[in-house]
Amino acid sequence: MDAGSTVTSSSNAKNQSRCPLQDQLLKKRNSRENLDRFIPNRSAMDFDYAHYMLTERKGKENPTAASSPSREAYRKQLAETFNMNRTRILTFKNKPPTPVDPIPHDFTSAQPSKAAKSRRYIPQTSERTLDAPDLVDDYYLNLLDWGSSNVLSIALGNTVYLWDASSGSTSELVTVDDEVGPVTSISWAPDGRHVAVGLNNSEVQLWDSTANRLLRTLKGGHRSRVGSLAWNNHILTTGGMDGQIINNDVRIRSHLVETYRGHNQEVCGLKWSASGQQLASGGNDNLLHIWDRSMTSTNTPTQWLHQLQEHTAAVKALAWCPYQGNLLASGGGGGDRCIKFWNTHTGACVNSVDTGSQVCALLWNKNERELLSSHGFTQNQLTLWKYPSMVKMAELTGHTSRVLFMAQSPDGCTVASAAADETLRFWNVFGVPQVAAKAAPKANPEPFAHINRIR
Amino acid sequence: MASKTAAKDIITLRGSAAIVSEFFGYAANSILYNRGVYPEESFSKVKKYGLPMLLTQDEGVKSFIASLTSQLSEWLEAGKLQRVVLVIMSKASGEVLERWNFSIETDGEVIEKGVSREKSDKEIMREIQAIMRQIASSITYLPCLDEPCVFDVLAYTDKDVSVPFTWIESDPKLIANPQMVKLHSFDTKIHKVDTLVSYKNDEWDEE
Repeated sequence: MDAGSTVTSSSNAKNQSRCPLQDQLLKKRNSRENLDRFIPNRSAMDFDYAHYMLTERKGKENPTAASSPSREAYRKQLAETFNMNRTRILTFKNKPPTPVDPIPHDFTSAQPSKAAKSRRYIPQTSERTLDAPDLVDDYYLNLLDWGSSNVLSIALGNTVYLWDASSGSTSELVTVDDEVGPVTSISWAPDGRHVAVGLNNSEVQLWDSTANRLLRTLKGGHRSRVGSLAWNNHILTTGGMDGQIINNDVRIRSHLVETYRGHNQEVCGLKWSASGQQLASGGNDNLLHIWDRSMTSTNTPTQWLHQLQEHTAAVKALAWCPYQGNLLASGGGGGDRCIKFWNTHTGACVNSVDTGSQVCALLWNKNERELLSSHGFTQNQLTLWKYPSMVKMAELTGHTSRVLFMAQSPDGCTVASAAADETLRFWNVFGVPQVAAKAAPKANPEPFAHINRIR
Repeated sequence: MASKTAAKDIITLRGSAAIVSEFFGYAANSILYNRGVYPEESFSKVKKYGLPMLLTQDEGVKSFIASLTSQLSEWLEAGKLQRVVLVIMSKASGEVLERWNFSIETDGEVIEKGVSREKSDKEIMREIQAIMRQIASSITYLPCLDEPCVFDVLAYTDKDVSVPFTWIESDPKLIANPQMVKLHSFDTKIHKVDTLVSYKNDEWDEE
């Protein structure tokens, strides 16, 4: 057809960019002038208008005109069913018996419900970013902790700041003098009220965060800076640059109760197991030690339960599995880049994964079988791993320098990460708060309620 | 089929109604078996239409289909039946997953004047056989019914039909935006039956 070909060959060369309605009047006048014979006058034709009429109007008036045969058949069927005065649809009052077959169908119906528990959405960007100026870029320190009263503490230079996650308010706990500072480690006591502050001059201060008061200073144990701290009820374990690990009983005057000697370089990783029975310590000497409380002796330095030498760089990142008491995850530094899993009863290495970059911190998800690791060069990312398959579930990027420290909120959902780019970022990586809504109110009660429960 | 004279291939209204209603019985059994509405072991094999057909041995289903076919036969003889639909629904949600639609065209002249038509038994059987084969092979393209299902039968009748005591009026139980596949049809020269299956559009298949 002529019209068809002209429409398709319609060029925009003569496109006068006019309103279609005006063009139509113009065309009518032209056609009246050539009444005697039909000679297609292409120059007088408005192909844009024709195209518009052929396509646009049809589309506007019959929006559902273009359809598949099946849809047409369906429409026909619909029309038939609406035409009810001609037909009656009848069915038996008594329905046929419903099939009863217990096992096979129950099994198949269980499958989709399992699949329906789909992958949780993991936000790829941080939920919140706070400025953390003067954060000391030192791999061997531990400058971030999130207490059970939902208050985050971070040491920036000589100052310890408290950030209340419930209200979002910030307060300054203490600024230490230049002679004793900077702050090299920080750790909340299990009660969520007292905070231990390790200092560059080998002292450890104990602060009451609610009263904003210095309770006592532990000194005389270490000969150099205290880079790592770990609480076990009333025992505060401190790890120093001198390689010593000291258990301090914070209740008594002579607080030095035990010394663990096994590291000959700085102790940078220190974590008590959930049961309080075993202590994992990692040092710059590439060693990982497991200490058992039952082996402590008061007069002689305690012997380690296991000395694990598989890491080939400093061991700082340590995390005890929350659902399997004897499982420890440890991460090696830049020369090692491995996350290793240990059975701390036997000392066997259960698994080892090369992450490709320095492992700075490790956290277990309390709600799912997942592990989060934070890394340095090159990606400065947080990686979420499925355990035990160690399949990467997510890589969270955003930090522009190595992610030195991580801390988990009391409800286990949010992770705070502090990096050498002097930012503190919050990630909603361990699930939506709604999921843990039941756990959340339990997680941040009055500080005193917690003391009663723990003791 | 008693009133049918096989030698001359004459088919009466009564005989046609019997063939069609019997067809519905076998078709319903075949659908229930092939679509797994009832467990496989509740069916037993018989020879029919030159094919091995499966019939349910479940007493409840058996009596349901028997009372269905006898009622359909009555309506077919009166020429009042327009359509029979077998609906497969999810047991849990009641959502309609499949509609097996059998449309019936009745020769009005036969009803009014009581004349008979001629068509060989064999030919009708061959046509029905083709439909049965298609029903059996439909599992290859129909979406998997991976949940427990129930079925129901709808009869579309003329408006002037009085509702039998055991029947009630129903909604058409349509499927929104369905996929449709037309199957073979058969014709007794008195009743022409067109078969069509429509089913829920399976999102996973769209690629």
